[in-house]
Amino acid sequence: MNLRRLTAIVLKELRQLRRDRLTFAMIIGIPTLQLVLFGYAINMDVRNLDAAVLDQSNTARSRELVAAMGASQVLNLRYSLSSPAQLQELLRQGRISLALVLPRDFERRLEQADRPALQIVVDGSDQVVQSAARQLAAFPLPGRARSDVNSIEVLNLYNPQRLAPINTVPGLIGVILTMTMVMFTAIALVRERERGNMEMLITTPMSPWELTLGKVLPFVAIGLLQASLVLLLGKLLFAVPLRGSLGELYMAILVFICASLALGVLVSTLARSQFQAMQMAFFTFLPQILLSGFMFPFAGMPKLAQWLAELLPLTHFLRLVRGIMLRGANLSELWPALAALLLFTLLALSLAVTRVRKRLD
Amino acid sequence: MPGNDLVIRAEGLSKRFGELLAVDQLNLSVRRAEVFGFLGPNGCGKSTTIRMLCGLLLPSAGRIEVLGSQIPRDAEALKRRIGYMTQKFSLYEDLSISENLEFLAAIQGLDRRQARLRIDELLQRYWLGDRRKQLAGTLSGGQKQRLALAGAVLHKPDLLLLDEPTSAVDPQSRREFWDSLFELADAGTTLLVSTHYMDEAERCTRLGILDRGRLVADGSPSELMANLPGHPLLVECHQPRLAQQALQSLSGVLALTQVGNALRVLMASTAGEPTEQIAAHLKTAGISARITAAAANLEDVFVSVTQRPLHATQPTADHPA
Repeated sequence: MNLRRLTAIVLKELRQLRRDRLTFAMIIGIPTLQLVLFGYAINMDVRNLDAAVLDQSNTARSRELVAAMGASQVLNLRYSLSSPAQLQELLRQGRISLALVLPRDFERRLEQADRPALQIVVDGSDQVVQSAARQLAAFPLPGRARSDVNSIEVLNLYNPQRLAPINTVPGLIGVILTMTMVMFTAIALVRERERGNMEMLITTPMSPWELTLGKVLPFVAIGLLQASLVLLLGKLLFAVPLRGSLGELYMAILVFICASLALGVLVSTLARSQFQAMQMAFFTFLPQILLSGFMFPFAGMPKLAQWLAELLPLTHFLRLVRGIMLRGANLSELWPALAALLLFTLLALSLAVTRVRKRLD
Repeated sequence: MPGNDLVIRAEGLSKRFGELLAVDQLNLSVRRAEVFGFLGPNGCGKSTTIRMLCGLLLPSAGRIEVLGSQIPRDAEALKRRIGYMTQKFSLYEDLSISENLEFLAAIQGLDRRQARLRIDELLQRYWLGDRRKQLAGTLSGGQKQRLALAGAVLHKPDLLLLDEPTSAVDPQSRREFWDSLFELADAGTTLLVSTHYMDEAERCTRLGILDRGRLVADGSPSELMANLPGHPLLVECHQPRLAQQALQSLSGVLALTQVGNALRVLMASTAGEPTEQIAAHLKTAGISARITAAAANLEDVFVSVTQRPLHATQPTADHPA
């Protein structure tokens, strides 16, 4: 490893990056765009589901209940119906997600409490709506006997207002780093081979590891920049808290960047063209997004998927970053996740070593 | 000692890519300060041989000694003494001329002061001084070649390998480029250049003709032409096209080229009395002609030793002159 050669490679990479406007724009654009998308648009918290009401009893108390449920903001009561047939039609056409049905004997059912007084008819094709219905089922009914049994208290630690961005933003750091670190490094490394620069470089005294390290180092800085951007925007736009230590957070981010870069280097040794590198990077990206617990709750996944998820760096990073940012945990408390990331880095690099060769054949 | 004068010595060099035998039992020796030319059509094994000589490819069989060291064993140590100019432009198109050379200088281990002096010197020598800030991707073909040459000789290599360096360059730039190569040879650098241009081949101090992975001829261009295993003849008549058609059926004819109103015929050396044979053959076709001996050229040499024309096997559209 020769320092003069290494700095020359890093300098060359930075110069090329500066001239590659598209990549440069993506480095800044991806975190910003994703933060805004996930923060504002993709809201796992269900609000304003289109709904209809079929109130067959039409009493003071039934009207009171409907108004109260409408005020919960979960529902957007758009239609007041007079027949079950209308209800089915609206559901089938997808114009409503659910409907409240109050039977003719609503008052009697409230008082005797022997049968459900309220029926919620749900569009079962949407999982999100189902969970919203479960949420509504806990709604206290006015004047129902033994109603205190029904009123279930939902205690939501760490995110009492149930704001989605607070859950999303820490994970988003991981998602963005996964995307850019793996893909950009893999592409950058393969580019040299595809454009024919490698043929010239092999005949110089430069070692392949100097080249790899020199090309990867700028991305460490880029990764830290992206993470800082997401943290800053998350704080400014969504008031995402940081309950643990900032230093430990950056430590976790750095370790995760290393794991992702190692994966990128490994991908680059397998790919023959930039296009292949991109495809492979994407192939590693999808399971990470889907299985890591970013999109769907980890506990809800089948065992096999959970085992698979344990192999992915993003899963472990999510545990670290959520722990530090939201629960105020220390790195020492989260050591298994940290160890897993380090192990992953080591394994990926060892695999890559066996494939790097300083020849064309 | 004459053995010490050999810069490249290869014995029984072969390279197999699966079913294809790209280089077949090649023996090669190149002496110091020679400009050794590799002549042959595309796919004859020129690039593969050059790549094995600079350690880019592992030979399937055979021994290579370059500058007194074994390849591939000592390939890493040799890299400081070898320069290699690839067929395709392999510097960075998104870096400027001076950025490219500064990068290469650092890679080659020149210190900053040395590098600056050497780069200034090369930019001057290869007429690139006024374009140092220009991106390499925006240079013309000839300028790119000169930049690539500057990059390949930055570390003052003892041996310079060039793989079809002028394939994307206009004739004027090609001549200038070859002048630069002779300058390097005069300064003591040994050069091995592959080409498929006859005018370039003619300028080499020695020439190896490669055909289907085998070295079929080896010598200076004048030696090769003097020992041509064939007879070039000029047939002058009123209907050269008719004569051409007639002679196509004559055995021993290797090549027929119409040159103006005359027909140039290359007869194999195995043919007994070529002039009489042609005259007799034309007479039966009712054509009277004047037949004289023509001066041999390298194309004749190539056709005679390979028994096939150089340019029929080589799509010229790929390499506009």
